[in-house]
Amino acid sequence: MTRKQKRLMILGGFGLVLVSALALILTGLRDQIVFFRSPTEVLAGKVRTGEAFRLGGLVEQGSVQREPNQMVRFRVTDGPNTVAVTYQGLLPDLFREGQGVVAEGRLDASGAFTASTVLARHDENYMPREVADALKKQGHWQPGKTDGPPKP
Amino acid sequence: MIVEIGHYALALALVLSLFQAIVPLWGALKRDDVLVALGPQAAVAQLLLISLSFAALTYAYLVSDFSVSNVYENSHTLKPLIYKWSGVWGNHEGSMLLWVLILALFGAGVAVFSRRLPSDILGATLAVQAMIAAAFLAFVLFASNPFLRLGQAPFEGRDLNPILQDPGLAIHPPLLYLGYVGYSIVFSFAAGALIVGRIDAAFARMIRPWNLVAWITLTLGIAMGSYWAYYELGWGGYWFWDPVENASLMPWLTGTALLHSAIVMEKREALKIWTILLAIITFSLSLLGTFLVRSGVLTSVHAFAVDPERGLFILMILIAFIGGSFTLFAFRAKAMESGGLFAPVSREGALVLNNLFLAVAALAVLVGTLYPLALEGVTGQKISVGPPFFNLTVVPLMLPLFVAIPFGQRLAWKRGDLLGVVQRTGVAMAIGLVATLATAYAIGRGPALAILAIGLGLFILLASLDEIRERAMRGGAAGAFRRLLGLPRTFVATALAHAGVGIMVIGIAFTAFEKEAILSMKPGDSVKLGEYTLTLRGISPYSGPNYTSTVAQFTVHDGTREVAELRPAKRLYIGRQMPTSEVGRHRVGLSEVYVAIGETSDGAHVDLRAYWKPFVTLIWLGPVLMAFGGLLSLSDRRLRIGAPRLAMRRPRRLEPAE
Repeated sequence: MTRKQKRLMILGGFGLVLVSALALILTGLRDQIVFFRSPTEVLAGKVRTGEAFRLGGLVEQGSVQREPNQMVRFRVTDGPNTVAVTYQGLLPDLFREGQGVVAEGRLDASGAFTASTVLARHDENYMPREVADALKKQGHWQPGKTDGPPKP
Repeated sequence: MIVEIGHYALALALVLSLFQAIVPLWGALKRDDVLVALGPQAAVAQLLLISLSFAALTYAYLVSDFSVSNVYENSHTLKPLIYKWSGVWGNHEGSMLLWVLILALFGAGVAVFSRRLPSDILGATLAVQAMIAAAFLAFVLFASNPFLRLGQAPFEGRDLNPILQDPGLAIHPPLLYLGYVGYSIVFSFAAGALIVGRIDAAFARMIRPWNLVAWITLTLGIAMGSYWAYYELGWGGYWFWDPVENASLMPWLTGTALLHSAIVMEKREALKIWTILLAIITFSLSLLGTFLVRSGVLTSVHAFAVDPERGLFILMILIAFIGGSFTLFAFRAKAMESGGLFAPVSREGALVLNNLFLAVAALAVLVGTLYPLALEGVTGQKISVGPPFFNLTVVPLMLPLFVAIPFGQRLAWKRGDLLGVVQRTGVAMAIGLVATLATAYAIGRGPALAILAIGLGLFILLASLDEIRERAMRGGAAGAFRRLLGLPRTFVATALAHAGVGIMVIGIAFTAFEKEAILSMKPGDSVKLGEYTLTLRGISPYSGPNYTSTVAQFTVHDGTREVAELRPAKRLYIGRQMPTSEVGRHRVGLSEVYVAIGETSDGAHVDLRAYWKPFVTLIWLGPVLMAFGGLLSLSDRRLRIGAPRLAMRRPRRLEPAE
């Protein structure tokens, strides 16, 4: 093998790995990302039926219903709008009414949201940032409340 | 008073670090050894001052001095002693103080252990390290001061976030920081070498011990964090591709690449530019991780208080150091002669392949971690990039790398014989293949990728260990044991670390075969988990020192024989009124029965999540073995810091006797 061929071979191999990795990354960024939506955006029709997304807001007061087989129904609100959620499984430790929540799942044809994962906060004075922003947008942000973000 | 002393010591350390950032550098540039010699002294003094400061904060925590705002926010008199202690770094301000403490530790380490370093490189390296220290000391003092007092001391503190009250947390952050921050000294060496303008094989030799220490602790820190998430969060998972986990994985990937490329630089004087670049990139990624975790741009358990001002401060430090080092690199890169070409099939070729895959994997993780931030900044759209993305990108990049491990470590330098190497791994490959078929047969059906991965893991494990046997047996069975003991430690270290990779791959592959049950039970109910039966015996209340809890008693049966009693619990911490889960686990060899309970709304039923996790322990045993390999390599006498080099001694021995 001449020096030139050798160099071509090495560079070719590098290029091949890099190109395939970039292709994987771009495919991933196109297909494997999940958008965050507030109830207002959901009701405005920004989400297609069957598309996976994250729904964020507050768990509406008095909306949590526990049923047998660990089935839970609750509503997520950002103030003016609410979306009904069903979820089967164990809820996180800090899931409570009136507090921030992020649920990942899909809308079915009837417009009901089935969650595959429910995320709550890590400590008692922390609000998922996405939720805080969604609430701010709807003018329902009350920084004085304990469930707001911690003071700077 | 003691707290004020700590505060003052920190301010003094800042002044000292500014001195250390200028004087030794001046000495290095002017070839003035007297000025350079002030560097090591300053570095040691700086370590003492910051240690004093850290001790003062620790004291405030131990005596529950709530007049200190930081202690009030994060401690509680009822908290067990160990968590008062670990609470020092369980918050933003304290963790940044630990950060600078470790920074100073590595600076002082170089000052003490590296007496044989060329004077100019020593001066420049310590100066760069002091610049980093000055930046972060300024950050601690002006933006995140842990010593601030409250006007009136409250009677009781607000307690540490309960999920952080765990023995795992006592060691996870210090380990992780040792790794993260440890790369600072490698960065300083690279910047120092660039400033001085002398980059040769000696550079690889100089960074070797520090690179290894950082890598070992980072490996252990990540494994510890993964294990902590597994048993503390109650989700049964070991890796979530959480941005914060990614922040620690990125420097690990490039740091591992650096570990391998430095070998090529040391032995063959090749890959010089790339090795320097990797040293810079690795610490840059550590800084990026610190920024992501500490600025609050990411929401996670690690983001303590969200404060945009602090984020901006760290971002500026980040930009200054990354920008500065890359500018320096660009200026000097031309001056660095590139090494010659080498055969693709050779040890160095295999190490380049390793670097290619690790670097590209780090790139994929970087893109996945930063893309949501970038997209939100540009379009305002909020997205999350989760496990599907990383599984799609990182896994295909890791698999070829894993396959290459057994071949790469057997290839000779310069010109390798691939066919011979394949023959020598034949036995291991055959066993791996048989194991794959046996697994497929025993499990019946399952994801093909997971079964293949088990075979691959076994192949890596066996081939790595077999290389030790092969070397020991070379020249017959007689004296094999003596030869085994005489093997270079670096060689055994490589084999063990690679065996660790194999073990981890097996553990991860087996997660595809775990059994899961999510259900609601009342006392007397049973559920089957693989070979085992889990029965709920009762639910009872319990009071701990700073929490109350609901405990569920389970028994685990293997057939009719009772093998264990599990007591998973739901705790409510009094200080913060915050609930947490305590997981119940029963270990059977390397496998585990795992139970986490949820709400017990009516007192009679309990919701639970139970798993049978085959060979789950291997996931963390693998990294522990990798780290042990690193430790063994660190202890190799030939390469220990300061050990005289053979080449320097030999001519003297050849001199004729008089």
